[in-house]
Amino acid sequence: MFQYLIRRVLWAIVLFLAVTLVTYVIFFITPSDPARLAAGQGATPADVQKVADRLHLNEPVYEQYGRFLWELVGHQSLGTSFVNRQDVNDIVIRSAPVTASLVFGGAVLWLLISLPIGIISALKPRSLIDRAGMVFVLIGISAHPVWIGLILAYFIGFKLGWTPITGYSDFFNPTQEQGGPVQWFYHMILPWITFAILFAALYVRLIRANVMETMNEDYVRTARAKGAPEGQVIRSHVLRNSLLPVVTILGMDIGLALGGAIFTESIYSLPGLGRQVLVSYENFDLPVIQGIVVFSTLCIIVFNLIVDLLYAWIDPRIRLT
Amino acid sequence: MALLEVNDLRTSFRTDDGIVKAVDGISFSVDKGKTLGIVGESGCGKSVTCLSIMGLNNKQSAISSGEAVFKGEDLLTMSARRLRDLRGNDVAMIFQDPMTSLNPVHTIGKQLNEAVLLHRDVSKKEARARSLELLKAVGIPRADRRIDDYPHQFSGGMRQRVMIAMSLINEPDLLIADEPTTALDVTTQAQILNLMLKLQEEFNTAIIMITHDLGVVAEIADDVVVMYAGRVAEEGTVDEIFTRPHHPYTWGLLGSLPRLDADVERLVQIQGQPPSLLNPPRGCRFHPRCPYVMDVCKAEEPRLMPVSEQPQHLQACHLDEPTKDREVAKLLAGQLAEAG
Repeated sequence: MFQYLIRRVLWAIVLFLAVTLVTYVIFFITPSDPARLAAGQGATPADVQKVADRLHLNEPVYEQYGRFLWELVGHQSLGTSFVNRQDVNDIVIRSAPVTASLVFGGAVLWLLISLPIGIISALKPRSLIDRAGMVFVLIGISAHPVWIGLILAYFIGFKLGWTPITGYSDFFNPTQEQGGPVQWFYHMILPWITFAILFAALYVRLIRANVMETMNEDYVRTARAKGAPEGQVIRSHVLRNSLLPVVTILGMDIGLALGGAIFTESIYSLPGLGRQVLVSYENFDLPVIQGIVVFSTLCIIVFNLIVDLLYAWIDPRIRLT
Repeated sequence: MALLEVNDLRTSFRTDDGIVKAVDGISFSVDKGKTLGIVGESGCGKSVTCLSIMGLNNKQSAISSGEAVFKGEDLLTMSARRLRDLRGNDVAMIFQDPMTSLNPVHTIGKQLNEAVLLHRDVSKKEARARSLELLKAVGIPRADRRIDDYPHQFSGGMRQRVMIAMSLINEPDLLIADEPTTALDVTTQAQILNLMLKLQEEFNTAIIMITHDLGVVAEIADDVVVMYAGRVAEEGTVDEIFTRPHHPYTWGLLGSLPRLDADVERLVQIQGQPPSLLNPPRGCRFHPRCPYVMDVCKAEEPRLMPVSEQPQHLQACHLDEPTKDREVAKLLAGQLAEAG
């Protein structure tokens, strides 16, 4: 187990280096002039030159990359924004909770939708609920989140006026009159639905297929031959085996989404990581982009690790080998 | 009265290509403490017969008719609840592949306990004691420690022992064993068969042994049903089937049996393939592969008739008895000559 963890951490470091390197390379291949953007309109060439010097933009790529790594490892600092000199750590720390709210709330929602639908449609294939489930899957996979988001915002937010259309309300610090859990929940309802529908559709299909496959396993027949009632067969013998792959994919999806749910955040103007990436990209603000990439890589690595540990806990075959 | 009496059992499956009559009018009976062997090629309906008796066929595609009377109750028409009470308690089943028949995420102890707790009103502790007792009875070494292991930590033979322990844990009157030794290597096969015989004596359990291996049948069965394409070709005591077989298909099976005592160049094989049950041949279903085929075989389906002087010995073949006796004499003499 310990050896396994060491191996995982080493892999994580390699993965991390590769991802940051690629971000750097892409950034420098893209034709851009961040110094000019940072210096602002009406800056003289001399000003731009000065800004470039201060941001170390005239150095070769590998020196910049080295500086970035050194800052990160030595000072746990992601640097400062080219554009507004803000600390990137602060930007990430400010945006991450918004994205986390969206992703975790969305994950809870999509599991609440997909688990019952997936399981029931697997147990009663070709029934009405199975057919309805498949229609939902088709719509969920085909409809783009932007479209879903706009439709929801228009009808539920604007026409019916049931929920706010845009904006985020902090869970913990009621800064203005809005804030606190109730407002947070209220503001997140539409984003959660928008974000969760695609995943819910994918998971219904995944869960349905897995449960159906497991129902045909020999050990399920053994359980029935023992005289176990159907409910017990499904709970004790089918579900645990069929939800194994779901755990893996859930971990990966959450890790991935924490890097920013760009579409959903943009529609509802949620100040999360996804929207931040979009803004920074428009300004060629490398340190911020890089900071968010580092953060989401960490999320993916951490969640994969959690999944592996969970997996070992659920499946004894993995635990012992 | 027989422990289990199966009358005109028919099971068909709806498939995309049409209706497959996997079992098409099978009758047999098993007495308390006796062993019935059901033999036949793959796909002849042996397993489906037993799954139908246990009510374990896929409910959405399988339809069964006829009756399977177990201790006076028809298993095919009783309520699902009553059937569950019987399953694993009065009638138990062992499956072909021990590698996949145990749930990989539960310890074997938990799976054994489940079988006890489903049918007995006992505490978990008592259930565990019972599980341990059975694991010892089936010869699992260091059973008190292995009880908390997972199936993947056992070898195939050991897993089949666990399956046997699980099936006998509630001392059933009838044990249905669906090719229990097929997935095991030969030495393990012998051990498992011996174990089953020993436990049969101990618990006085009747066994239905499904197999395609006549060697296994000769070793443990009292009575034999030979199945072909969903029907009974021949049925009788093990002596009758081995010394006076009356169906060309049985001759073929006997001829293809590898023998240790004879130096045979090549095993005799039955020509051709088993027929599709979607569209079985007219007349006798064996006629396309039968070396003794006559015109009547192609037109008329032979009925299951008793052999003269052996009223319990039934066979379904149009061939006249003198010819059969001559052919059997030749077959047996040939085997003796090879052995000699």
